Amino acid sequence: MKKIYIITGHYGCGKTNLSVNLAVRYSEQGLKTAVADMDIVNPYFRTADFSSLFREKNISFYSTLYANTNLDIPALNFDIEAIIMNHECIILDIGGDDAGAVVVGRYFDTLKRYMSSTEMIYVINRYRETGDDAEEAVRLMREIEQSARISHTGIVNNSNLGRLTAPEDIISSVGFAEKVSELSGIPVLYHTADRNLKCRQLDGLAEYIDIYVKTSFA
Amino acid sequence: MTAERVLMKGNEALAEAAIRAGCKCYFGYPITPQTEIAAFMAKNMPKRGGTFLQAESEIAAINMVLGAASAGVRVMTSSSSPGISLKSEGISYIAASDLPCVIINVQRGGPGLGGIQPAQSDYWQAVKSGGHGDFHILVFAPNSVQEMADMVVKAFEKADQYRIPAMILSDGMLGQMMEPVVFPEISDKMPEKPWATNGHGNKRKHNIINTLFLQPDELEASVNARSKKYETIVENEQDAEFYLTDDADIVVTGYGAASRICREAVDEARKNGIKAGLLRPKVLWPFPVKDYQKIVPTAKSILCVELSTGQMIDDVKLAVNCSVPVEFYGRTGGNLPSAEEIIKKLAEINDSLS
Repeated sequence: MKKIYIITGHYGCGKTNLSVNLAVRYSEQGLKTAVADMDIVNPYFRTADFSSLFREKNISFYSTLYANTNLDIPALNFDIEAIIMNHECIILDIGGDDAGAVVVGRYFDTLKRYMSSTEMIYVINRYRETGDDAEEAVRLMREIEQSARISHTGIVNNSNLGRLTAPEDIISSVGFAEKVSELSGIPVLYHTADRNLKCRQLDGLAEYIDIYVKTSFA
Repeated sequence: MTAERVLMKGNEALAEAAIRAGCKCYFGYPITPQTEIAAFMAKNMPKRGGTFLQAESEIAAINMVLGAASAGVRVMTSSSSPGISLKSEGISYIAASDLPCVIINVQRGGPGLGGIQPAQSDYWQAVKSGGHGDFHILVFAPNSVQEMADMVVKAFEKADQYRIPAMILSDGMLGQMMEPVVFPEISDKMPEKPWATNGHGNKRKHNIINTLFLQPDELEASVNARSKKYETIVENEQDAEFYLTDDADIVVTGYGAASRICREAVDEARKNGIKAGLLRPKVLWPFPVKDYQKIVPTAKSILCVELSTGQMIDDVKLAVNCSVPVEFYGRTGGNLPSAEEIIKKLAEINDSLS
């Protein structure tokens, strides 16, 4: 059974980190996995930073020709149909906001044929600058859907404060995620937490993830 | 209710803090890696009683800044390296007009179009050659997302206090990385600006803001008056942070993103028995000469680390009167040095000391 995950959300909510986690998880489960870095918006901190990890984990990786170069040209040069056909699990890491989601709309004619296998996940972080304004989060979700021409199927609550995240920060973000879910009618799939924060309060509540996207200094 | 701590990119935090500091006008032109500032302003200024205007060029934007500053409002522009070069004529005019404004440079690699990754190769431009003529601008050097916010507030205040342009010299790494930030309470009371060329209903004689002087003596008097003002600023506004410098044989020095890596290197070097410390300038003009003087009696060597081939190092040597040897380590092209590279250099220097 083929699975396609389209990862969307606000700039800096953690789309790339979640994409890398999903890819590693499914590849380790034995699925033939591919990640496509489809971010045409932001030239810093992107999945293309992890190509060596992907090689090590046997994950196929596709990115724009100019990712991690000094050219920030919004060009996509790979065949999404071929990537989908050749893999069992496909993760599409999309750029931020509705501007980034335009690329999903561009591939709509291909993606629509795989709708029953597709999950479009909206990643949220209540500690980003839009704050815990659930209505704002839903408004952005709808804008992304308009650009993407596809509706979301799930929400991942990825609320964090970077290196300074404490378990309480994650616990106190649950209500926000539930509010976004209630207003949008889209279910919360899970809440994430850095594996290093593992503790009793989070066990059972959070899905532990690894933090790949970070600065090279503390 | 917004959460107290917010996770933001440096560019966003800076823009939010500017609005909170009473910035009413933003004029700019997009360029990576600072475009988030313009995007944030475009979204938020109209909602919060301000004006966002995307100019047709950097040159137009800086001249709009001159106009708004003349009218007495808090005004800001932002760009990255090549765009700042375009603005330099306007910066000279603003300095010559004794007008306050805030200019953001989120540095990228140069010269020329260079690249979009972080660099610190506009140090000379910021502190020594921001444009033609005898003038200085205040230059602040944040090294965290929190300081991107705090320093832009300070930049507006100091710019008004001294009637001088103030620059935040940031870089692509600080602009793009995310860290939690807490916004300070800011007084909404703006300073009086009796010199502004705004409407007053015939209550006073009209003000003139001008940079052309027909008589040499008049120009000289104007230049000298400004020079006096600079002396006051040099006396009062030097600022630096000391970290483990008291007993340090080697004092590492760097600003902005480089200082973050230096601090990590200092901690690691200490674990390896190397007595290293860090002196981080928070203000680049006026250069914190008084702070560098404090390390002269104890430091055996200074290591200057920059994302350039060596620019600030000149000021470091001058600040210590060349009484302590100053070594250099730098990376360019958008590459960041790793802590390991700096530790290796520290070990070499340490060996040469014994």
